[in-house]
Amino acid sequence: MIPLHWYLLVAAGLFSLGLYGVLSRRNAVAILMSIELMLTSVNLNLVAFWRYLSPETVNGKMFAIFVFAVAAAEAAVGLALIISIYRNRQTVIAEDINILKW
Amino acid sequence: MFTESIPFLQVVVPILPEIGLLILLLTVLLVDLFTRLVRKRTLGVVTGVGMIVIMLANLFVGFSLVNDASYAGTALGGMIRYDMLALMFRTMVLIAGALTAFISIDTPVVGKQGEYFGILTVATMGLSLMSAAADLMMVFLAVETASISLYILAGFLRDSKLSTEAGLKYYLFGAATAGLFLYGLSLLFGFTGETNIYNLAAPLGEMFAGDDTGAFAVAVALLLLLVGFGFKVAAVPFHFWTPDVYQGAPTSTTAFISTASKAASFALLVRVFDAVWPVEVAVYWTGLLAAMAVITMTLGNLLAIVQKNIKRMLAYSSIAQAGYTLIGVVALTETDLGTAAVAFYMFMYVLTNIAAFTVISVISNTTGTDEIADFAGLSRRSFPLTLAMILALLSLSGVPPLAGFFGKFFLFAAAVDAGYTWLAIIGVLNAIVALYYYLTVVKVMFVDPNEDTRPLVITPAFAAVLWISGVGILLMGVIAAPWWNWALNAAQSITAMAP
Repeated sequence: MIPLHWYLLVAAGLFSLGLYGVLSRRNAVAILMSIELMLTSVNLNLVAFWRYLSPETVNGKMFAIFVFAVAAAEAAVGLALIISIYRNRQTVIAEDINILKW
Repeated sequence: MFTESIPFLQVVVPILPEIGLLILLLTVLLVDLFTRLVRKRTLGVVTGVGMIVIMLANLFVGFSLVNDASYAGTALGGMIRYDMLALMFRTMVLIAGALTAFISIDTPVVGKQGEYFGILTVATMGLSLMSAAADLMMVFLAVETASISLYILAGFLRDSKLSTEAGLKYYLFGAATAGLFLYGLSLLFGFTGETNIYNLAAPLGEMFAGDDTGAFAVAVALLLLLVGFGFKVAAVPFHFWTPDVYQGAPTSTTAFISTASKAASFALLVRVFDAVWPVEVAVYWTGLLAAMAVITMTLGNLLAIVQKNIKRMLAYSSIAQAGYTLIGVVALTETDLGTAAVAFYMFMYVLTNIAAFTVISVISNTTGTDEIADFAGLSRRSFPLTLAMILALLSLSGVPPLAGFFGKFFLFAAAVDAGYTWLAIIGVLNAIVALYYYLTVVKVMFVDPNEDTRPLVITPAFAAVLWISGVGILLMGVIAAPWWNWALNAAQSITAMAP
């Protein structure tokens, strides 16, 4: 069986990629995709931990199901906000959305 | 685990406010459906009055049952903890929700939308769950229920560039920090195989004391959780969203985010950090939070001084207030006074900030903007508004005998009691700096000339909010003892009655 830490390393790698994307991307949609990547890596973490450490309980499974349900709701709201920004300004580039500052 | 049957009441009572809010949500949607052509004012009245009824019912049931052994402690399979702290913070959240509903009635655009009140109810439900969550899953779900609803409320004015920008910024910042927070939660689950926050401390303590790798891993989880909480309470360095969102969002939403969301986040912060981190880790997280408190207070106050927009100024002021409150969280490992001071401070802060934002709403309804300059000559235009604003500003700056003075007094007393005298001194110095920009607004209201003579309309809804919050600020100041005893009870309840 593949050892637990392989899964954790993959999850940590995906999470770091997501975080890098959030911090470096300029397009709001790309930032949203990076956030989804972060949430997905958490799910991988949860399922791996559950399978290897406490398979007799349902905790980890339930947690993962909640996480992707919430992630879907979050993505829906995020896309709606991006669309309303686009209708007002014809742009989704994060740096150009800057009326509010200081 | 679920084999023995649990009496019906023991399932219902711990989540009474949430059940009430769910019924209220359906009622609001129905009322919206059938008042399309009639007066839309009904929506806000139904939401506000409904929340007040839920709050009173919860208080009534709570005070008779919260010390009853068969109800107290964790409920619903460990998801919820029913104790005095939850009762007190749920009361705050529901008051803030009700007053926000009343403010919204006469806020342009949002006051006529059933969806606004519906989503406000859902947000209140999430915040109410945050005040009582006792399981990592429930923590995450409650935080996200509240956050996702608040993103919509902030970006609610679809045709306004400011509001949509506020919504998007709040969303991007919030979702990214939620990801970090969630990664921290998954690590906590992985380290212990448990999700109930009251079972985490012992295995985490062993792991921390075990070897360097274990200690490092616990530290990573701690930092990730701090990011999430830092965002929710608007502490530096996770505060960047605060001024933009406060300024851009509809004023009623700003009032709600700045009060209810902050109060519930502090409830969760106190509960989680008190329960999860073992004694060995306490010194590290209190150190980190103390540093955050100092930077948050100082930066918030200094940046507030230069603001021209009143909502932006109150945003930086609210960052500073979060800094003061963090002092109480730092002190909680040493003394119950810490948690009690946080609870008292948040209670007074909810009332005070709602009063301030109500005055801003009244003025911006007439002028269409929310600059500090709009307040010029207010003392000659409307005496009640001036009085309410002075009450709010003096309470925020901590002038006796108002609620804010006792709030700060209890916080600094807790800090001294826990051996953080230097933190209390920095807090007092900051309070003096803050007095400057609060009094600048008072000066503008009394001294500056203003040719604008358009009448300021204080509608019945605004008047009701100003009365409730104004009387609250005075009551919590002049007769502070009962509230303080309540807060002390709440503080003792989180450690008493082990689950």
